[in-house]
Amino acid sequence: MRHGRALLAVAAITVAAAAAADETWRGEIALEGRNFPASPLDGSQHGANLSISGNVEYYRQWDDDRQSLTVKPFARVDQHDDERTHVDLREAVWIYADDGLEIRAGLDKVFWGVTEVFHLVDIINQTDVLENPDGEQKLGQAMLKVSLERDWGVVDLFVMPWFRERQFPSRDGRPRTQPRIDADRASFENDREAYHPDVAVRWSKNLGDWDLGIAHFHGTGREPMLLPALDDDGRPVLAPRYVVIHQTSVDLQGAVENWLWKLEALRRSGQGETFTAATGGFEYTFYGILDGSSDLGTLFELMWDERGAEATTPFNRDVFAGVRWVVNDVDGSEVLAGVVSDWQNGTRFLNLEASRRIGNDWRVDVQARWWSNVDDDDPVFGLRQDDYVELRLTRYF
Amino acid sequence: MRANRLFLLLSLALFSAAAWSQSDIEKGLEIAVEADRRDTGFHDFRAELTMLLRNKHGEESTREMRSRSLEVDNDGDKTMIIFDQPRDVKGTALLTFSHKVDADDQWLYLPALKRVKRIASRNKSGPFMGSEFAYEDLASQEVEKYTYRFVKDDVLDGEPMFVIERDPVDENSGYRRQLVWIDKAEYRPIKIEYYDRKDSLLKTLVFRGYRQYLDRYWRADEMYMENHQTGKSTLLTWRGYEFRVGLTDGDFTKNSLKRVK
Repeated sequence: MRHGRALLAVAAITVAAAAAADETWRGEIALEGRNFPASPLDGSQHGANLSISGNVEYYRQWDDDRQSLTVKPFARVDQHDDERTHVDLREAVWIYADDGLEIRAGLDKVFWGVTEVFHLVDIINQTDVLENPDGEQKLGQAMLKVSLERDWGVVDLFVMPWFRERQFPSRDGRPRTQPRIDADRASFENDREAYHPDVAVRWSKNLGDWDLGIAHFHGTGREPMLLPALDDDGRPVLAPRYVVIHQTSVDLQGAVENWLWKLEALRRSGQGETFTAATGGFEYTFYGILDGSSDLGTLFELMWDERGAEATTPFNRDVFAGVRWVVNDVDGSEVLAGVVSDWQNGTRFLNLEASRRIGNDWRVDVQARWWSNVDDDDPVFGLRQDDYVELRLTRYF
Repeated sequence: MRANRLFLLLSLALFSAAAWSQSDIEKGLEIAVEADRRDTGFHDFRAELTMLLRNKHGEESTREMRSRSLEVDNDGDKTMIIFDQPRDVKGTALLTFSHKVDADDQWLYLPALKRVKRIASRNKSGPFMGSEFAYEDLASQEVEKYTYRFVKDDVLDGEPMFVIERDPVDENSGYRRQLVWIDKAEYRPIKIEYYDRKDSLLKTLVFRGYRQYLDRYWRADEMYMENHQTGKSTLLTWRGYEFRVGLTDGDFTKNSLKRVK
């Protein structure tokens, strides 16, 4: 709730700051259905779920396009999961940009990284697990960001005054861990709790075929440790615990002929023992297959974490192999299918994503996820019965 | 049928001219260099584009985009294309650093994920946004990207033309060769025939409604691309051309890509 008030304050300030200029409104509404073929592990979970969400984006630009404001509220109503039924301010950011200088203030999103499956080095924003367990959805992060673009590269400086906790599905939600993670039981190692002033710096440069980024983050780690606890009714839950970390990371991407080479690596201290983790691989694309206009990409990535079985992520000793089929048709049809296998404990995760446009204003997405041969000690053990197919229909305005 | 006949005629014309003389190669290059010289020095421009895609059943769909370009000394142009329609890709933007000989560098910004994705440099013959234009058709046309040969003089709609053949240097090009009709008065491309790797006529591009900007630079209002092998076509319409609006390198960076709306 504290955060809710702060979010509203940011929105009010940024809206008031906008002067007369070009403005645009846009938005989308999405209807989502999920079907879980297997019976749930917890009797309060359901076999199917409907959900509707929408967002509106207001954008305004002035001062000869040097300044702009974006405000993007979001809401979701979910059939079963009370935690998913919520409103959120996704973005509320003022931007000043001129000649090699960019200043951003407000709630914003920043993505670091290059790999397909595991976004190892991405740390500025909290992951929105409620929206989608794939880790690609993020919560807006309050920040002041200053970027300098020079011949020797781009330097981004971040100051992040408050931290947003990760939110998790309710008891009725699915897919979810077993026992569930209770965000109300969250605790902080640092006395300042969510108000530890987090800072980060990133240098990046384009070196022709290669893009290189080196970053350091100091602040509350976005990924919580999970400790056993009891909820108000005395049932076992997992309680998130947030600690202050140092994280140094590198990301590298190269485009050479048909190859895209990708590498992310980090060293993190503060969260248990200091450790190193890395993920990387390639995407090799065959252009102009079938009728001559389709592209078929073959993807291969390795995920490694020095902590091994003690890692807080499932991607500790894993290998990903997949294909991406880009049809290049009028409807923008795409399919991504792959399997992530833990080469140490044998756990497999299969993922299929397909989408196409319908007409000018609609898009349909299908996502299917299966977990198989799940090992008792793997972090995804609780998801073993939560295989699901999701169908989403989005209308854009 | 018309396409086939055209192809036959062109094949005959080419075979009869099989002995490429040094003077034809020199003349072809001279024409290309002169056309390039006349279009050099604009510095920067921006414009809006509409693509009308039509399949062989007559079904249509449209794309709307904004384009910005910056001339780079001794290298290919920098361009940014921002998508407005269809709505699901609104805010998606493509940044290209084209190069004279080396493969172009390209990045695609996906606004939903706030992610800038690098695009493999081999990707040039693929369709742009499902249209009949390939990436390489829309890329900056540097002299060094082809070898040239003068084919013949011709007349199109009463206007005298040079016809030159240009062969892509890059082996990743989707074309074996292109025939380009260039008007003798202003050295503007009026028509281009694209031949695929098997040397079959694939597409014809026709430029219409040329207008002159800054008393020097010619830009066509319409580019009509017809695919003879699939029966599909794309009409690309340009409007709102503005030259020398003060764009700089800073408007063509990954940060500026992320600011696009």
